[in-house]
Amino acid sequence: METKEVLVLRDILGTNKKIAGEIRAKLKEKGILAVNLMSSPGSGKTTLLENLSIRLKGRFRMGVIEGDIETERDADRIRAKGIPAWQITTGGACHLDARMVGKVLAEVPAELDFLFIENVGNLVCPASFDLGEALRFILLSSPEGDDKPKKYPEAFLSSQVLLLTKSDLIPHLPFEWERAKKEALEINPRLDVFKVSALTGEGMDELESFLIAALAEFRTSHA
Amino acid sequence: MHEMSVVAGLFDLLEENARNEKAAKIVSVTLRVGRLSGVVPDLLETAFETFKKGTAAETARLRVEIVPLKIRCRACGRESITEEPVFICTACGASDFEILEGRDLVLEKMEVEIQP
Repeated sequence: METKEVLVLRDILGTNKKIAGEIRAKLKEKGILAVNLMSSPGSGKTTLLENLSIRLKGRFRMGVIEGDIETERDADRIRAKGIPAWQITTGGACHLDARMVGKVLAEVPAELDFLFIENVGNLVCPASFDLGEALRFILLSSPEGDDKPKKYPEAFLSSQVLLLTKSDLIPHLPFEWERAKKEALEINPRLDVFKVSALTGEGMDELESFLIAALAEFRTSHA
Repeated sequence: MHEMSVVAGLFDLLEENARNEKAAKIVSVTLRVGRLSGVVPDLLETAFETFKKGTAAETARLRVEIVPLKIRCRACGRESITEEPVFICTACGASDFEILEGRDLVLEKMEVEIQP
């Protein structure tokens, strides 16, 4: 028996990246701005989307892809606001991948403005999977602690926007907002940072303006 | 724990390459795992051991080479290797960086047995 060394040099996640690229091209063609929301469980992704749905109503059309290990609960919450939502239940997988999103995309109407993809609650695994989104948001809620960015660098490194959520709780917690922001910016100095509370509305005007500007930029850019 | 998904992707590549080489058996597999690729090498090995049963790689050895984080300062152009993902240029103090290496997961090479 003869042995032989084969030089391969291929990206192991190459198939995911290829599908993500196809999704990105499709969304670009339709002018739909996709936002991948990543965070640990319970940081307020669904509540944020409920809040945004009220703010954008009548002016912009949004849709939501919900990723969860089990149940349709999050999709039901979004539908209750009159927003189309598609649930992906991963059946155990700790992240969404491009193939899962690609399957759902066939049902997404072409006349949307924003497509939010709420990833499975997890600060680690979703970061490795490109879903074809235009923007990646990382949410960090104040009860989680201000020391998280350096513990989970890849999630912060691969995002364009950091949302520090549940800002209304900061007075009751040993959470230093400046420290959390500094930690995150040391990993990724290009992050746009927003301090928000879906409950009191703090920072939500700024976030809304950012999204609207991002949509306009997305539709005029040729990249 | 997304290492299972990563290893599933790896086996697609291994099978494709083994087929192209008309290999009877895969003897060893070498991966390059970036320091910031988001996977845990130990978990990758566990997933590999589980996945390989009943495949052409059933008795294959897995080698994992860790690729350090290599960055280039956008202000002064200095290239450096950093242990921690904290990006402050030791030469000029700027904190705007481009990551050159250390985020990828690559199947570098495999050793196969070929039937004569």
